[in-house]
Amino acid sequence: MMRGAALALIKRDVLLARKQGGGLGAALGFILAVMVLVPLAIGPDQILLQRIAPGMMWLALLLAVLLTSDRMFQQDFEDGSLDVMAMGHLPFELVTLVKALAHWLTISLPLALITPPLGLLLNIDLSQLPILWATMILGSLALSMLASIGGAVTAGLRRGGLLVSLLILPLYVPVLIFGVAAATASLGATSSTPALIVLSAITLMSVVVTPWASATALKAYLR
Amino acid sequence: MQKFANPALFLKLANAALPWLIAITAILFASGLYTGLVTSPPDARQGETVRIMYIHVPAASMALFIYMGLAFFSAIAIIFRHPLADAAAKSAAPIGAVYCFLALATGSLWGKPMWGTWWVWDARLTSMFVLMLLYLGYIAVCNSIDDPHRAAAIARVVAIVGVINVPIVKFSVNWWNTLHQPASILKMGGPSIDSSMLWPLFLMALAYGMLFLTLLVISLRSEIAARKLRQIRFAEIGNR
Repeated sequence: MMRGAALALIKRDVLLARKQGGGLGAALGFILAVMVLVPLAIGPDQILLQRIAPGMMWLALLLAVLLTSDRMFQQDFEDGSLDVMAMGHLPFELVTLVKALAHWLTISLPLALITPPLGLLLNIDLSQLPILWATMILGSLALSMLASIGGAVTAGLRRGGLLVSLLILPLYVPVLIFGVAAATASLGATSSTPALIVLSAITLMSVVVTPWASATALKAYLR
Repeated sequence: MQKFANPALFLKLANAALPWLIAITAILFASGLYTGLVTSPPDARQGETVRIMYIHVPAASMALFIYMGLAFFSAIAIIFRHPLADAAAKSAAPIGAVYCFLALATGSLWGKPMWGTWWVWDARLTSMFVLMLLYLGYIAVCNSIDDPHRAAAIARVVAIVGVINVPIVKFSVNWWNTLHQPASILKMGGPSIDSSMLWPLFLMALAYGMLFLTLLVISLRSEIAARKLRQIRFAEIGNR
């Protein structure tokens, strides 16, 4: 029964995201804008661009996910769907986990898949593409999970945008560091495995902790 | 501890203790500042600039400590529903933020003559900076939600998530820094510290701690007064 409810919820969220659109397109536009504007801002030096490419791509991905985070719960909170979910069979922590997963499936994961090839605009070394894909797919799950905290804390606020960034940026620091570290390590002599392992640990931990945090924050609004 | 959940009892205790707290804080600051700024010797390598340490180091460690306290109060609020715990966390946050800012500002002033730059993305500086962001986020959450109960419930979550984040950030910036640049210029003050410098440092740490306690008590008192005022206003509206 619980599995059925969770599956139904994930289907609903994915369907809603697909039919309404907006979130993914805007985020993708943002990433494209970064990729195009960075060379214009710092100059067309190919070597310099290649060196900063992984960091810039991670930054673009991270900020794009951040842009979409304040909407994760807001709509469902305003039209009362969250109240229904809170009274349903699913534990509320599972509801927030499923909704964060849906956010990952509909926004972060597509972005993580699309961003590495866009790095060609920054003259990225092709040998870095596989590791970038790996770290971004893995890290984007953590990004979605952590974004759900920001979304939950600001669900009932009219203008939560700035607050979301302030709350989430400190949580994104480790993801960013290890995501970029894995990608840049593959260029030098060092192995990217340690950074990848730590990134996995951070991702797993975010999957455990954030559903509780988001659920507790949302419950305060629903009461 | 539940005994002091009664705000009236707490107020009685706080009013009795406050003059003592203020006096002890003043004495500690006076002696700490005097020994630190006047009687302690200048450092062999750093000269007189080492005196910034007596302002800087206690502020930094207290900023970290107060954030732990913030999360501790929040945990108490969740677990025991202690009515003063939320107020204590809320009152502690601005004090901690000011300490954190003081640590960053004096660190920057110290960095200019010692390292030749106001700011470096050293592991320690970065994690202090992130701590500042955590403080600001917590304060922003407290202030942007109108309903005080709701604000408190959400602020608890923010504090606890933040405190989980602190060691992870610490670990990751250490990693990141060693990956990018070896800490060659940033090694602090050479050999272990002499007792002529340790004593003023110790006094100043105590002084910062007592100042925190004093301000916390004052802030808690006004928080309780604000609650009473709110209840009186509600009662008046009800009577109309």
